[in-house]
Amino acid sequence: MSTMAVPEVAVTAVDEGFWTRARKTGAVLLALGVLAVALFGALATGQQARFTLSETEGGAALAINGTVGAILFGLITAAAGAALLAGVPKRWSTVLLGVGLVGFVLSFLCWQVSAAPAGNNFMPLVNVVRNTFYLALPLIFGALAGVLCERSGVVNVAIEGQLLMGAFSGALFGSLSGSVWVGLVAAALGGAFISLLLAVFAIRYLVDQVVMGIVLNLLAVGVTGFLYERLMQTDATKYNSAPRFGNWEIPLLKDIPLIGPALFRSNLFLYLGLLLVLVIHIALFRTRWGLRTRSVGEHPTAADTLGVKVLRLRYRNVLMAGLVAGVGGASYTLALYSFTKNMIGGKGFIALAALIFGRWSPTGALLAALFFGFADQLATYLGAIGSSIPSQFLAMLPYLATILAVAGLVGKVRAPAADGKPYIKG
Amino acid sequence: MEPGEIHALLGENGAGKSTLMNVLYGLYQPDEGEILVDGRPLKLKGPSDAIAAGIGMVHQHFMLVPVFTVAENVMLGAEQVKGGFTGFLDRRRARREVAEVSERYNLRVDPDAVIEDLPVGIQQRVEIVKALTREVDLLILDEPTAVLTPQETEELLAVMRSLKAAGKSIVFITHKLGEVKAIADRITVIRRGKTVGTASPSASRDELAALMVGRSVRLTVDKKPATPGKPVLEVSGLVVDDDRQVRAVDGIDLTVRAGEVLGIAGVQGNGQTELIEAIMGLRPVLAGTVTLDGEAVHGWSTKKVLRAGVGYVPEDRSVDGLVKEFSVAENLVLDIYDQPPFGKGLSLKPDAIAKSAKERIEQFDVRTSSADAPVGTLSGGNQQKVIVARELSRPLKLFIAAQPTRGVDVGSIEFIHSRVIRERDIGTAVMVVSSELDEVIGLADRIAVMYRGRIIGVVGPDTPREEIGLLMAGITPDTAPANPTDGTPGAAVPEVPVEEDEA
Repeated sequence: MSTMAVPEVAVTAVDEGFWTRARKTGAVLLALGVLAVALFGALATGQQARFTLSETEGGAALAINGTVGAILFGLITAAAGAALLAGVPKRWSTVLLGVGLVGFVLSFLCWQVSAAPAGNNFMPLVNVVRNTFYLALPLIFGALAGVLCERSGVVNVAIEGQLLMGAFSGALFGSLSGSVWVGLVAAALGGAFISLLLAVFAIRYLVDQVVMGIVLNLLAVGVTGFLYERLMQTDATKYNSAPRFGNWEIPLLKDIPLIGPALFRSNLFLYLGLLLVLVIHIALFRTRWGLRTRSVGEHPTAADTLGVKVLRLRYRNVLMAGLVAGVGGASYTLALYSFTKNMIGGKGFIALAALIFGRWSPTGALLAALFFGFADQLATYLGAIGSSIPSQFLAMLPYLATILAVAGLVGKVRAPAADGKPYIKG
Repeated sequence: MEPGEIHALLGENGAGKSTLMNVLYGLYQPDEGEILVDGRPLKLKGPSDAIAAGIGMVHQHFMLVPVFTVAENVMLGAEQVKGGFTGFLDRRRARREVAEVSERYNLRVDPDAVIEDLPVGIQQRVEIVKALTREVDLLILDEPTAVLTPQETEELLAVMRSLKAAGKSIVFITHKLGEVKAIADRITVIRRGKTVGTASPSASRDELAALMVGRSVRLTVDKKPATPGKPVLEVSGLVVDDDRQVRAVDGIDLTVRAGEVLGIAGVQGNGQTELIEAIMGLRPVLAGTVTLDGEAVHGWSTKKVLRAGVGYVPEDRSVDGLVKEFSVAENLVLDIYDQPPFGKGLSLKPDAIAKSAKERIEQFDVRTSSADAPVGTLSGGNQQKVIVARELSRPLKLFIAAQPTRGVDVGSIEFIHSRVIRERDIGTAVMVVSSELDEVIGLADRIAVMYRGRIIGVVGPDTPREEIGLLMAGITPDTAPANPTDGTPGAAVPEVPVEEDEA
């Protein structure tokens, strides 16, 4: 048939031209690198910047002249940027982006550490790594809860409430029973309770999922706040003195330099969190459950026509998300602190950001959570060594990075297609 | 249905073909009646029951997860797993299954390709593979050619023949006559939810067309002879593409005069929608001109076209005609809300809007609980009256009504028809597009029949229905058969001679 000339003429492929995403990223990195060389290099002092492998100033350390380090790492960033700009195979672009960003951070640290007052110009890496993981932990649990929910098509804005309810019921029932394990189970169920409300209203009654999530967060703050004042403040020994999980040392692993003392002398929650990341990642991409979950989050009608029970699967996933977030809440009250009013303090929302930054993948969310944790820790550290940069400014940076990430710096961020859309049969 | 048979289900859009098939596939539950398989009644609670009973379906809108690979889509719902309760996917086996089926039925697909990167023709092939791996005996294809290019359609028909040779039964739903004649063993025609006839593929195109559009209800419209004035709308050499970038309108010339009704008849999908949308500025004009009262209007925004004195009733009122959540009163001023007396600058004048709404509701006999009721709560007929009321409330030079009475009760049909004629009598040029031949014959003073993106003939309203039916099937009296490739599928896809591309 002679008609076939027509479609080819009419369809014009979208041509990105010279400025592909990789090239734009390269240009940004190159600019950052030049900035690092010029600014950090100029501001750094000739003092040694020491990165010690212990918790104190002594012991083995990596040391470098501040000015030299700032310039060297700045050059690495600039080189990574230049390579991206010149054009490299696609699989290298992520690696180069990582190298560039790490270089920039190291250049910055060389300046900060070398310019710190005498006696303070060292950075104890064990502390930094350990605190990074601890600060990231609630984010990891929260983001995993987000993955479980949103991959099946239910938006989970209620992570904050799930964490808080988990923390509260962990503290309450841990105290009443005197058992950490009872507390742990209660915490998981507490998170699942918020999830149940989310599931029923979002799936059964088709309430807007974002609005429902926000309402549930407020509900959790209200309920736990009320009970905290009525019970825990009146009789703290009875209601708010839960036993805590101690640190478990893992044989052999604990002796690895840096990583050993930083990670393998921790409490149950860190191990559990990392294990869950691995398990959920494999399950999501390798198992029947994962395939069905993703299909329901992307195209529920298609899944339904193949006999997948869409609503049942969504209920199950939302409830599992609650269990995970509940345990995340307990990582506060059954390991670190006693319960206080609104103690999650917005971490649930940062977990949501980690979920998006990590592109709805468990391992991606882990990396994003660690990034936020590191930035948090860095702000604390710089405050402690008396940096010239206001710590509030540093505390802001992770969120700036999230905005850039969502705007497309790290590639196309795409939510599951049916995320937030209730499924109505027929 | 018999084994190894291709049974075509023919009918206009909205005739109930897809609904029937969705019941067969277990997606909808029947209100009454039963389904028999091998003589036994079958109760389908859901699609999995249908699959178990050997029924597979390729939906009009593909049921594929765009970000999954071919193999993942094929195995979903019937996953091969290993490792016991953990349910690890056996991807190798899934890939092999896809390869086997594509080999056996000559349906080439790459198991590892991601769906969203594939052209629609291949996606459809994946759908067929998906059904075949579930070992169905009966395959339902719902409007499979609606999204295909002519070449892809050819390939699909070849696939259907090889499936038939392998002993599979196929239900083929379509409204394209050419394809039906090319492939079907038996044809059932459905109209308004009822079977109106069965035919063999040897039946002529006009017989089938007549069955499809129906001759049972003859609506008469009282009208005086038209007194046509000067030309208002002149279209010349118009070329427009559809959403798939396939030529839909292929060099149309037409004129509508003041005080006459030009009816556009034709089987759906022959370019009527695109023609109207191009005139309204809703779709880019690739070549040709559209003039209104001598002024070239192609390339204008829709708002500008409306302001120039064009009234428009779009063919799908729920998508294009109304904002369902808005009140009746608000919908009545959607086109002129920013003009005095209804609005000025940043503000609306609710009193003026309410007053005007009250008048329109009375004039156009809109049955609503109040002017503030959301328009979505009204019946189809009354919704349509709201649109007609809105469009006829401005002084018009040209009034275009596409499918003005689709899904509308008989009483409202009469009312809308009388309004259309009244508009003609006050000297407006009127254009009516309808897939109901009776409606076109009843309203029009001249009838233009569209076929494959062209006007194949312009006839008077007294022309016998059979002759118009022939035209709708692409057969003109003087050049019969107009379509030498009678067995060729894709009746709705226009041929594009190369020389006209330069136009």
